[in-house]
Amino acid sequence: MIDLAVNLIFQLLQMLLVVGLAPLLTGLVRKAKARLLRRKGPPLLQPYRDLARLARKEAVVADSASWLFRIVPYVVFAATWVAAALIPTFATGLLFSWSADLIAIIALLGAARFFLALAGLDVGTSFGGLGASREAMFATLAEPAMIVIVFSLALIAGSTQLSTVAAFMASSAVGLRVTLGMALIALIIVAVAENGRIPVDNPATHLELTMVHEAMILEYSGRHLAVIELASMLKLLLYISLIVCVFAPWGLAIADAGVVDRLIGAGVYVIKLGVAGLILAMFETSIAKMRVFRVPDFLGAALMLGFLGALLLFVSRTLK
Amino acid sequence: MSLLQAMLACDAALLALAVVGVSAARRAGAGTFVYGAALALSVILLVAAAAALIGRAAPVGLTLPIGLPWIGANFRLDALSAFFALVVNLGAAAASLYGIGYGRHEREPGRVLPFFPAFLAGMNLVLIADDAYTFLVSWEFMSLASWALVMAHHREAGNARAGFVYIVMASFGALALLLSFALLAGPAGAYTFGAMRASSVPLGLAGLVLVLALLGAGSKAGLVPLHVWLPLAHPAAPSHVSALMSGVMTKVAIYAFVRVAFDLLGPPAWWWSLAVLALGGMTSVIGVLYALMQHDLKRLLAYHTVENIGIIFIGLGLALAFKAFNMPSVAALALTAGLLHVFNHSLFKSLLFFGAGAVLTATGERDMEHLGGLIRLMPLTAFAFLVGSVAISALPPFNGFVSEWLTFQAILLSPQLPSWALKLLVPAVGALLALSAALAAACFVKAFGITFLGRPRTEAAKRAVEADRFSLAAMFAFATLCLIAGVVPGVFIDALAPVVSGLVGARMPVQMGIDWLSIVPVAESRSSYNGLLVFLFIVAAASLGAATIHRLASDAVRRAPAWDCGFPEANPATQYTATSFAEPIRRVFGGFAFRAHAAVDMPAPGDMRPARVKVVMYDLVWETIYLPIVAAVTHLSTRLNRLQFLTIRQYLSVVFAALVALLLVLAAWP
Repeated sequence: MIDLAVNLIFQLLQMLLVVGLAPLLTGLVRKAKARLLRRKGPPLLQPYRDLARLARKEAVVADSASWLFRIVPYVVFAATWVAAALIPTFATGLLFSWSADLIAIIALLGAARFFLALAGLDVGTSFGGLGASREAMFATLAEPAMIVIVFSLALIAGSTQLSTVAAFMASSAVGLRVTLGMALIALIIVAVAENGRIPVDNPATHLELTMVHEAMILEYSGRHLAVIELASMLKLLLYISLIVCVFAPWGLAIADAGVVDRLIGAGVYVIKLGVAGLILAMFETSIAKMRVFRVPDFLGAALMLGFLGALLLFVSRTLK
Repeated sequence: MSLLQAMLACDAALLALAVVGVSAARRAGAGTFVYGAALALSVILLVAAAAALIGRAAPVGLTLPIGLPWIGANFRLDALSAFFALVVNLGAAAASLYGIGYGRHEREPGRVLPFFPAFLAGMNLVLIADDAYTFLVSWEFMSLASWALVMAHHREAGNARAGFVYIVMASFGALALLLSFALLAGPAGAYTFGAMRASSVPLGLAGLVLVLALLGAGSKAGLVPLHVWLPLAHPAAPSHVSALMSGVMTKVAIYAFVRVAFDLLGPPAWWWSLAVLALGGMTSVIGVLYALMQHDLKRLLAYHTVENIGIIFIGLGLALAFKAFNMPSVAALALTAGLLHVFNHSLFKSLLFFGAGAVLTATGERDMEHLGGLIRLMPLTAFAFLVGSVAISALPPFNGFVSEWLTFQAILLSPQLPSWALKLLVPAVGALLALSAALAAACFVKAFGITFLGRPRTEAAKRAVEADRFSLAAMFAFATLCLIAGVVPGVFIDALAPVVSGLVGARMPVQMGIDWLSIVPVAESRSSYNGLLVFLFIVAAASLGAATIHRLASDAVRRAPAWDCGFPEANPATQYTATSFAEPIRRVFGGFAFRAHAAVDMPAPGDMRPARVKVVMYDLVWETIYLPIVAAVTHLSTRLNRLQFLTIRQYLSVVFAALVALLLVLAAWP
């Protein structure tokens, strides 16, 4: 019973941790990018202030918006949050980690995107449609790429359960594998595209014909915008956590680890997030944005890399 | 009275109802009576099928003294028949309920009312037929009844052609099935399914039987490249019939394939699965790509049926492969995935066609480019359609996700297969499945978003009214079922156990005993999914977020004109349309799928005429396969046409020559 209570507390802790850290991560990336451009940049905690200010403002809803427009922010946030809560951040085998595997996590993110794209179409403006249409195009390549990456991971670890995968990756049983390298590159490409980072989309632009994510949410304001912004911050954290827990699982508390191990795991996790955020900032400052219709090539490369990796695994099973 | 007798009695009653439909069609209230009676009979059939499936009734047979004189008409109800009867009658019951309301708008009820119950009876008889003759007669009856329904509005443009293409393809499919059964029956003429099961077909011939069954059942189900009739015929019928044809009749075709490939044909050869998997993967992606290019709502849904048939065939192909290599427990997983998708697809596809029918009734439009903004005028229909769209896009926590998830789990177990060809093919099929799932989501953002969201594009869309309460009841019943089948899939997986164990000799582990109603296909350390918890978490997280913000921050709302970056345009034509929404996807995939190219006609500077974009797309399947056949047939018949204009002497010599030729053949026959 106590065990269950402790497990429940850690599960809740994980949910609060991801939602609490997400704005900080975004703040860190923004700050680091600004410093790399020799600007001073906003303070680290600015995203929290932005969210709080947006939440307090009244929401302006377009005349032509329907009820769907007003519930979509919460649906998107909920789906993203549940997905993020299922990723092992500091410990594997949390209470509810078995309730959805990696395929389900991808599908949850797909559901979030589905509703966001609908919201883009709801008001009936050209910008919203533009964003929704382009987001749908990116997703048609990013999602299968993600699934074939899951094939690779699942075949190596013998499971689609993310906790099991992470525990396997942390153990010494996993050697250096070509497939893992391909999966890592593919996963990074997908993560960059899914989060609308440079070179796919620019999170800082407005009023530009190249924008995707920002165009979909153009009509949102006030608390609705705050919730959507928080959801997209969570999504960034989710992808970084996913990459970290699979490809850099050091310090992760495995299944039945004690409370101390889990707390250490949490500390290590925060450090890993910080490092990943800095790498992302450097990556984004060092390249230029690409044209929208180059993105399918970029994502197609991820799809092919992931597929090749999975194919190698399928075939290598006989050679053993 | 056994369940089988009860079902036969109901089928007979449906046939009688068809006769009543003929005579009563002109009277007021005939529609309500016929659909109400069809609803009652479907519910009885549904209960009987469910009782047989869940009660694990032993297979019972029955022979009636009609049909071929020396074997009679044989019927049998086993778990497989019971499962498909459940799917068919669930769809039939909902379509009848929907028809009570929808049928009132029918201008010529005499063209629909007699054939609707006949169609239901035909489908039911196919499922319980136990000899080749009864099966084929019922199959043809089903085809003809549905053809008559397709031709109900034969004066509308395109419907006559749809009916013609349909009847040609249906005849082709029936011929293929006929040959397949003839080979199964062998020279001894063992036409009952029991005798076919007992005898074994030589391996080379067995392959031929499978190919013929794949052609016959595939042409009815809509496997690419035999799908061409489906997007023409399904939308042409009245909407509740479209729902039946897309959601249910295609499943009868799946039944025919499963019956032949898994039951009658004996142990499979491994290469059969290659053909099934390759066709399934190709069908799923091509189907959804075609669907994305449509702007007719019902045609889009029909093309989507093609995609889902592909997904079902992927599950069946995997099951064949695992069965051939004697891995019954994995085969059970793959087959369960396929059959569960049969059930799920019948739910959401019927639901979506009901929604499309409601839109058609309210606005008189099927073209999405003329719709928009219906969510405000038809909120309940919009909600039900949204549930169907989420479910068909394989998004949790709805039912479509569960069956695709199970298919992925089966794919991930396939590296154990000891065959190189399959090792290379299966991951490719997996990638195609993932691609089709992602494209499906894009397609339904388009279908729902353009039809129901945004601003109305025409006057007709502005005047829409909510659907009647019978239609809404049918839609909401299925929307609820989509959610239930998504959150407690274990119930449905366990119900499939007798079907699966009868066909591959093993079943999936019992799901209902697992904590928290999770589903665990193999082992918990390998994979598990809990739709109920995911659903509850999403609801809890969303309400928590909403409550926190409303309480702690602000809940003020102000309505204002749309912002649109400061340049809002009042003309609704400036919105994204179905075509423009799909344009990026057409640019990415259209090049090789449709040889699509866009030409921009830009006027010279100073010229006042508008610039135009012209997009050219080719239906490659139609042009590379069907048009040459049509050309060859036309050529041949023009040649043969000369035979009509011979003199009597020439006719006599032709007859004489034919006689000599036949005698020579007879003499040379070994």
